[in-house]
Amino acid sequence: MIAVDGLSVAYQGVEIVREVSFTVAPGRTYGLVGESGSGKTTLGRALGRTGGDITAGRISVDGTDVLALSPRELRAWRASSLAVVHQEAGAALDPTMRVGAQLAGALRVQGRPRGDVADLLEKVRLPGEAARRYPHQLSGGQRQRVVIAAALAGRPRLLVLDEPTTGLDATVEHEILDLIWALRADIGAAVVLISHDLALVGRLCDDVGVLYAGRLVEEGPAARVLSAPRHPYTKALIDSAPRIGADSVPAAIPGQPPAPGEAPPGCAFAPRCAAADDRCRTVPPGLADGARCHHPGARAVVPVPALPHRRQEVTPLIEVRNLTRAYGRTRVLDDVSLSIGRNEIVGLVGESGSGKTTLARAVAGLGRRGGGVITLDGAELPVEVGRRDPATRRRVSMVFQDSDASLNPSHTVRTILARALGGPERVEELAALAALEPHLLDVRPHRLSGGQKQRVAIARAFAGRPDLIVCDEPVSALDVSVQAGVLRTLADQQALTGVSYLFISHDLAVVCQLADRVAVMSGGRIVEEGPAERILREPRHPYTIGLLRAAGHEPSQRRRHVH
Amino acid sequence: MRGFLLRRAATVPLTLLGVSLLVFAATELVPGDVARIILGREASQASVQALRDELGLDRPWFQRYADWLGGFLTGDWGTSYTLGVPVQDLVVSRLGQSLLLAGVAFTVLAPVAVGLGLWAGVRHDRAADRVISVGGLAFGAVPEFVTGVVLLVVFAVNLRWFPSGAQAPEGSGPLTVLWHLALPALSLVLLCTGYVARHVRAGTAVSVESAYARAAELRGLTRGQVVRRHVLRNSTVPAASALGVQLQFLLGGLVSVELLFGYPGIGALLLQSAVDKDLPVLQSAAMVLGLLYMVIVLGADVAYRLLDPRVRLGAVAS
Amino acid sequence: MSAAGVTATRVVTRPRRRFRVALGAGVALIAAWTVVAVCWPVLAPFDPEAQDPLSRFLAPGGAHLLGTDQFGRDVLSRMLAGARPVLQVAPFATALGVLLGTAIGLVAGTLGGIIDEIVMRVLDAVAIFPAIIATVLFVALAGRSVTVMVLVIAGAFTPIVARSVRAATLVEREKAYVEAARLRGGSTIREILPNIGPTVLVEATSRFGDAIFAAATLSFLGLGQPPGSPDWGASVSDNRLWLTNAPWTVLAPALAIASLVIGIALTADSLRGRRERS
Repeated sequence: MIAVDGLSVAYQGVEIVREVSFTVAPGRTYGLVGESGSGKTTLGRALGRTGGDITAGRISVDGTDVLALSPRELRAWRASSLAVVHQEAGAALDPTMRVGAQLAGALRVQGRPRGDVADLLEKVRLPGEAARRYPHQLSGGQRQRVVIAAALAGRPRLLVLDEPTTGLDATVEHEILDLIWALRADIGAAVVLISHDLALVGRLCDDVGVLYAGRLVEEGPAARVLSAPRHPYTKALIDSAPRIGADSVPAAIPGQPPAPGEAPPGCAFAPRCAAADDRCRTVPPGLADGARCHHPGARAVVPVPALPHRRQEVTPLIEVRNLTRAYGRTRVLDDVSLSIGRNEIVGLVGESGSGKTTLARAVAGLGRRGGGVITLDGAELPVEVGRRDPATRRRVSMVFQDSDASLNPSHTVRTILARALGGPERVEELAALAALEPHLLDVRPHRLSGGQKQRVAIARAFAGRPDLIVCDEPVSALDVSVQAGVLRTLADQQALTGVSYLFISHDLAVVCQLADRVAVMSGGRIVEEGPAERILREPRHPYTIGLLRAAGHEPSQRRRHVH
Repeated sequence: MRGFLLRRAATVPLTLLGVSLLVFAATELVPGDVARIILGREASQASVQALRDELGLDRPWFQRYADWLGGFLTGDWGTSYTLGVPVQDLVVSRLGQSLLLAGVAFTVLAPVAVGLGLWAGVRHDRAADRVISVGGLAFGAVPEFVTGVVLLVVFAVNLRWFPSGAQAPEGSGPLTVLWHLALPALSLVLLCTGYVARHVRAGTAVSVESAYARAAELRGLTRGQVVRRHVLRNSTVPAASALGVQLQFLLGGLVSVELLFGYPGIGALLLQSAVDKDLPVLQSAAMVLGLLYMVIVLGADVAYRLLDPRVRLGAVAS
Repeated sequence: MSAAGVTATRVVTRPRRRFRVALGAGVALIAAWTVVAVCWPVLAPFDPEAQDPLSRFLAPGGAHLLGTDQFGRDVLSRMLAGARPVLQVAPFATALGVLLGTAIGLVAGTLGGIIDEIVMRVLDAVAIFPAIIATVLFVALAGRSVTVMVLVIAGAFTPIVARSVRAATLVEREKAYVEAARLRGGSTIREILPNIGPTVLVEATSRFGDAIFAAATLSFLGLGQPPGSPDWGASVSDNRLWLTNAPWTVLAPALAIASLVIGIALTADSLRGRRERS
């Protein structure tokens, strides 16, 4: 039994987690959900007493007051009762040691023999020979299994899973979650699962706590919280997640969460909530009936109907024929053909390494040479963007995945947009098009949030009034609520201008909402292609079926880091 | 990995060629007539011309270069203009002296600098770290002859703990030799310690705060155990590469340290032959030092790759 | 910003205030010696070259604050006057080396391909030769003059600067903002240039320290100014014979060199820290 009571955690004097209380019984799983900056990682760390200063509250695990332990007792408690699986498993393994030696080290702490390494590997369904490998020789999913194996070396009373599948491909994530699910009963520990993914938490957890600006704003049985959320934030969060089968982009939560330590005096969510009144802005609500809200059940977001996407008769704009690209001996693109019509949104789905980014970059004119041709209105496009004439260049633009790197850090937003336009005249107009607040024009990119950066990138892509915009995972690094807003902007601008998109994502749900037609890539080939509704209704290729199954046909949204 | 070794090995002759061209070009820059410089101002024009013929100075430069390089490669290094002794014996014996001094310095440098770096890294942002970091920065910036002079004033003149010359009297025992080498070696060590310590510190600090160290601590290991099992291993790579770089600095520092402490090493020989325009000695000494450098750079590169399994087993492009 | 981000950046960076103190101290030392190099005729109590056989080897104190040397010359005045020769060579050598190196590194890094490959192989071959030995070689053989010293030191710095500028350029070149510029047909160098500015600044400061180091070493080796003129390195070399009797004659120029190079090192380190933080 783990009981957290009134826990507050500060980092360098800034309170990140405030008065959080919850309990988890052995064998049960508690999900902590929140977006970036909600304090969920800090809270997870505090459970093992690493990082941050605990300023108030209690943590007790099976009657042990964890905060009262001396350093020696703390070490003994960690060895006997705690297991932690962090995100980015690769980093949790020593790069200079073989996997077997690292697992043996974890076993030694428990007083178990080295020979048990094979047992551990078997438990996480890894071959015994993995013991002889170095971490870099394993895939991301295999590394995560090794970390889970290390966590199983003892008999933990508390298992903390901090974003255990973030950064993994959907099918790999599915396998890891299966594994955790299967092992859960076996371990018999109280499990705390930390995630930004409400759907995932809903699937795996018995109870859920929703964190916003360091506080639990809603708590309750997972089924109840997901089906009948009481806090407007929870409701909006659920609504903003794209879901397979929805036919329009979801409504976004306006604004963004407060920076740590800058929460407003009343309800921290009030500035973004349509239902907020004066009381919400001044009096912090208490936790009543599972929600910390003065108006439980209210709606935070007034739904704005999306602009209708008019699909006219499709005339071809871009034709990709028999494209082949290779890095050394590895074929990244293998005889790929694809066409994109005017006023059409073509979605391109695939996991990491499937070749989708290489294809996108080839269309834009970046990347290397290879076989095949790309035509624009029937005329062949030079491979290199440098060899395309200015008029052609203007017609194809791109929004990049990594919004940090896609804006020149030395320039203000105004300069960035003016350079794209070739002059300063239409900058304000362009910013308005991407719903970028005018006061952001004179700041440099490092002052912008991820969503704002991506809006600048979108504005820039529209500067030359292009015919096609290649969108390479434009929302995968964004939080769900922000992501919905950016997707909505993309959809609205498409409807207004009739531009075509080649929209790349690893996330089937996002792609299917936006796209008219979807192409599924795997191993450098397009394995299935067709209208979005058809792909969802009756997928033909086993790989597509696997992707759909991994996504669970449920809202599934994961933040993806760039690797 | 094997491909890397082959490629690096292939660059050796190329570098050798480059170094020899550089050395030869430098000697070509000497203003005036080499024969005149050797014989002095009073020598007759006829004897100067005779010497020019003997040295083959009137042939085109590429012929002289080919002759010289060929001679160097076959072990015929010529005779010193000023000392009249075979260059090879001279250079080899001086090189031995220098290697002794550099060896003593490196033997002290490696454990001390790596140890300080580890200590600073494990206790990063504490007082010890600051003292080591700023101290290392300061000593690394100051020319070795300045440090050497201060050491001389303090330890040889005032305290009289060490002799002021580095050359032990003929027939001294090894301890006496070491006693004489202490101050010059120390000034080289002070020059190089900071750089090595700072690199090891940076690697260690990252490793101490890494996810794997944190994970190990969460498994119930003590700080000390985490450092011994994980941090030390991960600090060897930055330590090896920093030591490789500093070994070159150490050799470069030989010139002024040998001059300051009156030590007959190859650095002092290089300087003297340059001042005297003793070209055969100068060319051979410079070539030998250049080769030594190349071996060190190559060795450090290979060691670095062997130590890091990610590079060794080909996760990172080499 | 996640808590993980907070801790990760805290590791490698150190407290901001310490950097400001270090930067302030470093810049103050550089500024002070620059003022001395320009204004020493006003500041020096004696003519640094004036000999006085009657007051040889006077200990520090009295009229000669830092004592006198074997010719009865004022050590303090010679120390002040000695700032000029090093500060004549080092800034020019640094500027030239950094300019050349930046140009080469920027062009090689931006163009890439075969040109980059050739340039880097040549620089590798040059860099393998110990800079100080090459410097001794060229200065000793080509004759000593300020021009030769500047050229030789700048030549030794060029490959070092070129390598780090190229490395920084390669990092920037791969970033999407440069690709965005390529997509619209803009100049990539123009996009990259402001972002390698901090790298160039750090290089320039570090190389400035190295240039002082090199210039002082060359004059210590007797390859600098003509004998007798006030010069830190040469003073250490000339006076080391009287180390036992008159250590102040050696210590004064030695400590002058040390204070200047340490000032530059502190500045360079603070700038490097600031670049790494941002």
